[in-house]
Amino acid sequence: MIDFHDVRLVDVSRHFGRRRAVSHVSLTAASGDIIGLLGPNGAGKSTIIGMFATLVAPTSGAVTYGGQPARVLGGELRASIGLLAHELYLYPELTARQNLAFFARLYGLQPSAAVGPALSAAGLADRADDEVASFSRGMRQRLALERALLHRPRLVLMDEPFTGLDDAATEVVRARLHALSADGAIVVLATHDLDLADGLVTRVAVVRSGRLVADEPAAPGLRARYRSMVGN
Amino acid sequence: MKKLFVPLAVATAAMFAAAPIAIAKADYESTMLLVQKIFYFHFATWMAMTLAIAICGVASVVYLFAGSKIADWYAVASAELVVVFGLFGLFSGSLWGRKAWGVWWQWDARVTMATMLVLVFLGYLMVRKYGGPGSEKLAAAMGIFGAATAPFVYKSVDWWRTIHPQTTVMKTLGEKWPGAWYLVLFCSAAFVLLTVLVLTARVHLEAMRSRLDDMYLAAED
Amino acid sequence: MRPGFVAVALLVLKKDLAIEFKSREIVYTTLFFAVACVMIFSFAFVMEQGVPVEGAAAGILWIAVAFSGTLALGRTFERERYSETLRALLLAPASRPAVYAGKLLGMILMMTATEIVLTPLVAFFFHAPFFARPLLLAALLGLGTIGFASVGTLFAAMLVRTRTRDVLLPILLYPVTIPVIIAGVRGTAALLQSPPEEPVATLWIGLLTAFDVVFLTLALWTFEPLMTE
Repeated sequence: MIDFHDVRLVDVSRHFGRRRAVSHVSLTAASGDIIGLLGPNGAGKSTIIGMFATLVAPTSGAVTYGGQPARVLGGELRASIGLLAHELYLYPELTARQNLAFFARLYGLQPSAAVGPALSAAGLADRADDEVASFSRGMRQRLALERALLHRPRLVLMDEPFTGLDDAATEVVRARLHALSADGAIVVLATHDLDLADGLVTRVAVVRSGRLVADEPAAPGLRARYRSMVGN
Repeated sequence: MKKLFVPLAVATAAMFAAAPIAIAKADYESTMLLVQKIFYFHFATWMAMTLAIAICGVASVVYLFAGSKIADWYAVASAELVVVFGLFGLFSGSLWGRKAWGVWWQWDARVTMATMLVLVFLGYLMVRKYGGPGSEKLAAAMGIFGAATAPFVYKSVDWWRTIHPQTTVMKTLGEKWPGAWYLVLFCSAAFVLLTVLVLTARVHLEAMRSRLDDMYLAAED
Repeated sequence: MRPGFVAVALLVLKKDLAIEFKSREIVYTTLFFAVACVMIFSFAFVMEQGVPVEGAAAGILWIAVAFSGTLALGRTFERERYSETLRALLLAPASRPAVYAGKLLGMILMMTATEIVLTPLVAFFFHAPFFARPLLLAALLGLGTIGFASVGTLFAAMLVRTRTRDVLLPILLYPVTIPVIIAGVRGTAALLQSPPEEPVATLWIGLLTAFDVVFLTLALWTFEPLMTE
């Protein structure tokens, strides 16, 4: 398994035709960090997450993992990356257990060992054999989170992980993320909800129209500080 | 290339001006007489089309695997030429077929396969136009598959014998009828030169478009 | 232990089969569509005394297979588009060509199921001796299916994020697979002659094999760059 202790975006840009999605962004995330990628919808947060995940190639600039680009590290790099995207990546026709077992096998894990704990962590042990199509958004979100973390990735990428979660579930996820970063994971969290990011993130990166307009350690009171920048 | 462009354009124009005269003066073929003379342009246009297909195929591979923008310009330019020369080839072939064999269209191997190639590269152009962002890559896939099937078009006549002249006709033409052979070469050269010229101009257009896009993006910075 | 190429392909295939098994939606609707195709074409080609046009059987079989195959391709990848699960497959450390191979196997199975239903049906409607040389016919259908499915799976996958994918898939797929269809139809037609023209059919089988090798190699080679943004 390939391991690294920091991920860097070095002056990356990405454009689609004439539309600039990301413009000259440089960002470093290290082991133990929880980077909050804040910004309004359409700012480019998802594209940046996609670049971290190796799914989107920048049109200029470089993305390095422990100093090496993805090209050099090859497919094995993806075993150290976990992504919880907005679309959730779950098969609605399969049960929760089947979804987890499939992805466990795909990542080379033993389903018997990995699926049970993941189901408990998601609080879905009693609904394990129900089809995902019958789940609420919150339940799917919890399951998708566990799916993303199944293989204990070094780089944890989350795009709006709190969508559809009630307060209790939100707390569980926050605790989970704290535990992950304490364990040495690199967490990058994209959200437009400043209140939820408060007290959770260690570093704040504000994105607006594809540009990084702020990049500093987090301090209490995110809403007050960044409300104007994020333009809520 | 810029310096050569005008002289080459003049040379090509001269060749195209001379060709009809040379064709008119050429000997008649024994069975088809006057009608056979379409062959000189008909064959030449297929030469041009084949060249364009080869360029598109190679350019598509380079674009897909190396991400080279310039390769993409060559790919789209040559794809357009494939369609243009292909349609002219089908048109001239249809005229010839009508006069020589009495039918406007015949579903023989080569006509079918040639039509198929035109459709593939029309598909190339369609996906570029209607495929949304990132469609250059999708089109490159079409270019690669189109170019890969082209060799089968050439050989298909040998396997599927119908009224179309077989590949052996061209190979022995040099010995049997040198006058026609040189004329064929002359016309083919003219068409190939035309391909190169139009390709250059079209690639230049794409280069300008790309510069414009870059300027738009730079203006936002 | 990271799963190897074959393991990943089979994993993807089993997953697709598991999903399909639950509702059997794609299988039933595709089969029904294929039968409807055959019916429509048959009506179009039947002559005055209710006798079908000679030689139409081979063509109708292959057209129905192609049309229903295209439909199945669209539906299968629509499933992967729904929660962007195709992206999740690409995100895994698994080899991308292996993911393609898994999808391809599923497609081949689907098309084979269609052919198993359609061939006797067409034989029945057209009084055509499809089973005079069953092995040669199976070879033709099998190789033709592989050729069509290999290009189809690639194109359907690459179009997954395109807005106009529904109409672009046939536009792109049919011209490229014309050689496969022609070879299949001409080979089948040769087998339907009395007596069956075996050398001709064998010739077309050889050609189909060549196409399959070329198409499959190209597809495996270009899948990864096509699927990454």
